[in-house]
Amino acid sequence: MRIELVRRPQHSVLFSALSPLIALALTLVAGAILFALMGKPPLHGLYVYFVEPLTEVWSLHELMVKAAPLILIAAGLALCFRSNNWNIGAEGQFIAGAIAGSILPVMFPDFQSWAVLPLMLLMGMAGGAAYAGIPAFLKVRFNTNEILTSLMLVYVAQYFLDWIVRGPWRNPQGYNFPETRQFNDSAILPEIWSASGRAHWGIVLALVAAVVLWFVLSRTMKGFEVRVLGASPRAGRFAGFSAGKMTFFVFLVSGACAGLAGIAEVSGAIGQLRPSISPGYGFTAIIVAFLGRLNPLGIVAAGFVLALSYLGGEAAQVAIGISEKSARIFQGMILFFVLASDTLIHYRIRLIFSPKAKPAQEKS
Amino acid sequence: MRKMFLALAAAASVAFAGAAHAEEKLKVGFIYIGPPGDFGWTYQHDQGRKALEAALGDKVETTYLENVPEGADAERSIERLARAGNKLIFATSFGYMDAVMKVAKKFPDVKFEHATGYKTAENVSVYNSRFYEGRYIQGQIAAKMSKAGVAGYIASVPIPEVVQGINSFMLGAQSVNPDFKVKVVWVNSWFDPGKEADAAKALIDQGVDIITQHTDSTAAMQVAAERGIKAFGQASDMIKFGPTTQLTSIVDNWSPYYIERTKAVLDGTWKSQNVFHGMKEGFVVMAPYTNMPDDVKKMAEETQAKITSGAFKPFTGPIKKQDGSVWLKQGETADDAAILGMNFYVAGIDDKLPQ
Repeated sequence: MRIELVRRPQHSVLFSALSPLIALALTLVAGAILFALMGKPPLHGLYVYFVEPLTEVWSLHELMVKAAPLILIAAGLALCFRSNNWNIGAEGQFIAGAIAGSILPVMFPDFQSWAVLPLMLLMGMAGGAAYAGIPAFLKVRFNTNEILTSLMLVYVAQYFLDWIVRGPWRNPQGYNFPETRQFNDSAILPEIWSASGRAHWGIVLALVAAVVLWFVLSRTMKGFEVRVLGASPRAGRFAGFSAGKMTFFVFLVSGACAGLAGIAEVSGAIGQLRPSISPGYGFTAIIVAFLGRLNPLGIVAAGFVLALSYLGGEAAQVAIGISEKSARIFQGMILFFVLASDTLIHYRIRLIFSPKAKPAQEKS
Repeated sequence: MRKMFLALAAAASVAFAGAAHAEEKLKVGFIYIGPPGDFGWTYQHDQGRKALEAALGDKVETTYLENVPEGADAERSIERLARAGNKLIFATSFGYMDAVMKVAKKFPDVKFEHATGYKTAENVSVYNSRFYEGRYIQGQIAAKMSKAGVAGYIASVPIPEVVQGINSFMLGAQSVNPDFKVKVVWVNSWFDPGKEADAAKALIDQGVDIITQHTDSTAAMQVAAERGIKAFGQASDMIKFGPTTQLTSIVDNWSPYYIERTKAVLDGTWKSQNVFHGMKEGFVVMAPYTNMPDDVKKMAEETQAKITSGAFKPFTGPIKKQDGSVWLKQGETADDAAILGMNFYVAGIDDKLPQ
């Protein structure tokens, strides 16, 4: 017996739209089963995981801190993925942006003025974009696989950060520990409403970026170009669109977004550079992008869902004593169910009992 | 109506009594950098937590958060423990320092204990351990046991604590064999069994016949066991992973400190302090000396006794730095500030300290 996936002649528009919600619902059911198997009350578990973090103000602040980099990176990636360019190295661009943006507060700590912060953000964007430009250039010029090059450049960025905070940028007053000096006040991205929690302006940047990118993608000629080249490179060529220019465009935009996320995280949430500044935001953002259906507005919602899964994982450790790995399991299940629902919306399963029977294939 | 009111009042008083009873328990929180199952750094802290529960029984309730990354997440995790009603919080990695300071400011009635840092406040203590005392003994044993005259050192990240260990190991070895060599491999991680195993294999291929490590997994011990050479454990007794391999191990013993500090909170005598304890106070414990001849064992025990009594300090001159300049003159001992900020190698180490 074999199982085959046969493309449906027409997929349901309704179910396509519902797919992320179906995936979420399935994740919750699977999660409840998981809690039950571990001997924890399932409903209480789900409550602690997905509702409790939303019931307190400080926790909502933390949700925004966590969601900001995810949304910002994923919104940029959406553009990339829609145009059929696979930038897997947002984590590296995040770090490159963080380093470039930190040049002012680390090397010129005495330069304190209102201009510091805007300059830092711009330099962060430039750093991330420049770093994303490398795989774009390699792809356009040498036809290199951008998945591999962008991914490998993540490790280069991580080690560069590691080296720079241990070496040239090490805090002179820091007992030789690997971290830069603390940023001075003019280099700190302020908190929005500091009386109640530590959410900083990074979340505002993320929301603005998502709206702008949504507008570009759905309402402008450039967005049309992105979609056409992504759906059919051949049709794009006939329309006179350049695939090479497109690769540069989307890599630079997504790199700038990741770089901005990097400097906003360092300046808003951490306050200095250290050997590790991201718990894998650049990779989690890939899940966010797909959960948000590669639509920047959907990504805003998806970013909050994934951020919630981090906070919930931590709350569950405290409240019901389960491992922090459960957060990873939930994130993995969400991605799995999203991909599975999408697959089943576009394909149907056919069981083939006779080994010799040839399936009537409909080539996609 | 009146009856109902009474019943409600009774119910409420029972409920409040229950709440008051629950409040009598002191909630103690722990933040871990790794998983408690690493058989190294975090495992030992978790042993301390368990010892605390065993010793103080129903007076305390402990909670921990594992795998908390240093950086933006640490602050939230620590704040979560504070908000969950923990009145004493142990943050068990250096990188939590600034996060601890920030949360401590917001929760002045919560006591914080930060391992291996240097910033204190009214409600923040720091505690650190002189692991390097054990390294000196290991160096002596290595110099006696090695036929090749060269040991491999798997190092994590070049912070002072690790540099202290390498230097102390070298000084111990040189006290037995002035020509002893140490090869250092940096794996840039505290817990990465794959990298640690690779480092061990590479070192053995280069001819070392003793391995010591300042990383948290048991991988190097297992590789040494497979290749039939000797090794030292780290942070916990790893004899299970190398019954015929482990010479000894530096065991981080946090239990007495955790119990003492929790008692201090319970009876209201807790005060902010900065402690840097070693063998004398029981922070550093040596696992049994195994797989070595009696004379080596005797030497190790004698050195241990001298360090424990305070008669001998590993960083006692004459000591030269790697570049040949004099660090400590004859009979001079290093002060704690110099030890805590150590960022240079002593003479004889064949490696360049990553700067």
